[in-house]
Amino acid sequence: MEMPIPNADILAKKSRLVERLLQVLPNEAVIHSENETKVYECDGLTAYRCPPLCAVLPASTEEVAAVLKICHEMNVPVVPRGSGTSLAGGALPTADSVILGVARMSEVLETDYENRFVRVQTGRTNLSVTGAVEEDGFFYAPDPSSQLACAIAGNIAMNSGGAHCLKYGVTTNNLMGVRMVMMDGSVVDIGGAHLDASGLDLLGVICGSEGQLGVVTEATLRILHKPEGARPVLMGFDSNEVAGACVSDIIKAGVLPVAIEFMDRPVIEATEAFAGAGYPDCEALLIVEVEGSDQEIDDQLDLICSIAERHNPVELRQSKSADESARIWLGRKSAFGAMGQINDYMCLDGTIPVSELPHVLRRIGELSDQYGLKVGNVFHAGDGNMHPLILFDANKEGDLELCEAMGADILRLCVEVGGCLTGEHGVGVEKRDLMFDQFTATDLEAQMVVKDVFDPKWLLNPSKVFPLSASEERMAS
Amino acid sequence: MLIPTDEKELADAISSAKGPLSIRGGNTRGFAADGTPLATTGLSGISLYEPGALTLVAAAGTPIDDIQDALAAEGQRLPFEPIDHRPILNSQGTPTIGGVVAANVSGPRRIQAGACRDSLIGVRFVDGQGTIIKNGGRVMKNVTGYDLVKLMAGSYGTLGVISEVAFKVLPAASSAACVLIEGLTDANAIKAMSRALGSPFDVSGAAHVPVGLDGTPVTMIRLEGFEKSVQYRANELKNILDEFGDINIELDPANVAKGWAWVRDATPFVGTNGDIWRISVKPSDAPELVAKIAPQSHLYDWGGGLIWVEVASGTDVRAAMRNIQGHTTRIRGDGHAPKFHPEAPLLAKINRELRQKFDPRGILNPSLMG
Ligand SMILES: Cc1cc2nc3c(=O)[nH]c(=O)nc-3n(C[C@H](O)[C@H](O)[C@H](O)COP(=O)(O)OP(=O)(O)OC[C@H]3O[C@@H](n4cnc5c(N)ncnc54)[C@H](O)[C@@H]3O)c2cc1C
Repeated sequence: MEMPIPNADILAKKSRLVERLLQVLPNEAVIHSENETKVYECDGLTAYRCPPLCAVLPASTEEVAAVLKICHEMNVPVVPRGSGTSLAGGALPTADSVILGVARMSEVLETDYENRFVRVQTGRTNLSVTGAVEEDGFFYAPDPSSQLACAIAGNIAMNSGGAHCLKYGVTTNNLMGVRMVMMDGSVVDIGGAHLDASGLDLLGVICGSEGQLGVVTEATLRILHKPEGARPVLMGFDSNEVAGACVSDIIKAGVLPVAIEFMDRPVIEATEAFAGAGYPDCEALLIVEVEGSDQEIDDQLDLICSIAERHNPVELRQSKSADESARIWLGRKSAFGAMGQINDYMCLDGTIPVSELPHVLRRIGELSDQYGLKVGNVFHAGDGNMHPLILFDANKEGDLELCEAMGADILRLCVEVGGCLTGEHGVGVEKRDLMFDQFTATDLEAQMVVKDVFDPKWLLNPSKVFPLSASEERMAS
Repeated sequence: MLIPTDEKELADAISSAKGPLSIRGGNTRGFAADGTPLATTGLSGISLYEPGALTLVAAAGTPIDDIQDALAAEGQRLPFEPIDHRPILNSQGTPTIGGVVAANVSGPRRIQAGACRDSLIGVRFVDGQGTIIKNGGRVMKNVTGYDLVKLMAGSYGTLGVISEVAFKVLPAASSAACVLIEGLTDANAIKAMSRALGSPFDVSGAAHVPVGLDGTPVTMIRLEGFEKSVQYRANELKNILDEFGDINIELDPANVAKGWAWVRDATPFVGTNGDIWRISVKPSDAPELVAKIAPQSHLYDWGGGLIWVEVASGTDVRAAMRNIQGHTTRIRGDGHAPKFHPEAPLLAKINRELRQKFDPRGILNPSLMG
């Protein structure tokens, strides 16, 4: 992966920059010594690392504005950062950029059950948003598996999803408003506690813009009352095809589960060895979860089981208690860790039309043989968001490159069958150079003009999302 | 009138246009701007529908009825329940799916299933230069690049002419019920709806009609799903709303459907002649705002978050909205006030610049949105 050569002029004015930043922030909020900036050298995509010029940790919207104003005046790029769990290198610094972390801004500003929203500072972690309202029976629906660590800031920037988004939608469907600081330091409020803000849907385009349009400091989030209960059923099948057909039949029958998770044999075996959840020995496994009262759950699970029966499952295990539910989820929840025990892995995130599932899984198997790298698949089947995990050995010369090449082939396959490069992790630097496989130059141009409006100097999180060849002219000027 | 029959012709029509174009689908929603009419009705048809994947793709000029029929045949539906504007506007014509998207038309189920923009997963459109652009796609999870799909929804043709749309659809509920509370004041109705919406019972509609068919106020709370579940939840709601007053449960599917179509289409304003405004606010702000506006008649949907008001023609209801977060759109009537809510200066600038980027010549529905 290529990054532009750091701008020597910017490197040369580091001390002047730090001096100015210290005028608007307390000492401990400006991190500039080389051994300390290293903390920010990467995000969840650890294959790429580069310490920033410096990092700042403002504590308020005003401080964010002051920092951006300085960087704007001095033409210094800024990389916004939440918790740094991005799997796409979205928060990867460049040597000539300032990391702007919002981690110190984690307050709940307003809780309103009558109108069903919370307003929080965006450094707050996803799980602690729910934490702030759950005693009163409420929750914030989007639940990325990283929810203990990841911040609302990153969730908004990546439009993150979660296991339960089949029913509740992803971040963009649960975000009602933001306060955002533009690169020149001006502050805008978009949307709020009312639905469907006026004018063009700027909120919709900010969500998922990967920190390239502004630094989001506050968010108004929709909260919901927790369902009375939830329970899953586990089903094992002889083939990926049959499991795929079963997913489609469940959806066609008019049930809308909150989650349909899919695991293939390599992942089943890995999780069994790792967590011993007692999964059956089979080719494909589905976990389907529904919500409601006890009776409602039973009724829905009965219907789902009757559909599954038609596909001759090798196992059908309907949870009757919290204990059984936990056991069914145990393997799925430890899937990434289990694969990590075997080797290093790269986690892809392409999405495909659900009907293409069997075909795509077969092709991934062929690619795995061709490249000689093992792949496990664990993903949200209801929405076609695949998570192929390619195993490789980071210490073995050439293995990372091989893995990246194979990953690119899988993502191209996703696009070829009508899907996309990324369903929830974002483009970042990781998929940046594949964008031409999904979009034409004019499609990308239409996206880049949006950035031109919000950030005319292209200082916010540059070198991400768009292939360098597409954006270099703008970044140079 | 220009009526291109495919996307290429649409692109040619726009690139060769010499002056303003007035973009329309069936022209049923009252948002026509000045200029040479350009209709999308020549681009029609469902090009892909996969019930097992909950996805549908159609050309922008496809009649909304065709789409709803195709979905109904598979027991599915558009989640966001778009309103039919014809009765209140007394407009003719066939509403199209592109018009629904361009105006982000969302009905009572907005509070549970989201707005039109939340179901929209892909668009193709032609910008003001005649360039064909694609964004999103046909899969329901997609964060590849910026989300111009949302930007196009509700842009009223000012950024581009939509040629194709893709949706995430949902199973239609096999059963529905309506919990009815009679005689509530506006303020109590909002409280009752808030309690219902803040319950675990998955409410899919909450409206308050200050003057019901028999003259007394009625608050309506809808539940949808499998029959047993709907009945269970209706009874649970009745229990938690008990203190508000007399509660009845309507279980007849035809009556429930009729009642909600009545709310969706803002039926109290059919055949009247005042101006109609649609106001979006935080529900708890709604009753006070209505008192300030003192409309001739009004209706609350979205648990109070959406207020329809009818006022004497020429009245600018925005005067009452000072100090209240929210916005309002004039749906019927002329008056001096702009149709769309004026933006804060910086937002107005961003809106304007975006329109300039997508339509540098300013020919697409010029000055419709500001
Ligand atoms: C184990 C693991 C599991 C995961 N599971 C999921 C999952 O299930 N679903 C899912 O969607 N993702 C998942 N992720 C990916 C990641 O957690 C999400 O992308 C998350 O939203 C990133 O949040 P963050 O706060 O860590 O953001 P960061 O990594 O700090 O940043 C992410 C992006 O947001 C931008 N950004 C940060 N703060 C701001 C701000 N204030 N204003 C504007 N832009 C900003 C950054 O510039 C960057 O582009 C997983 C990651 C890991 C490590």
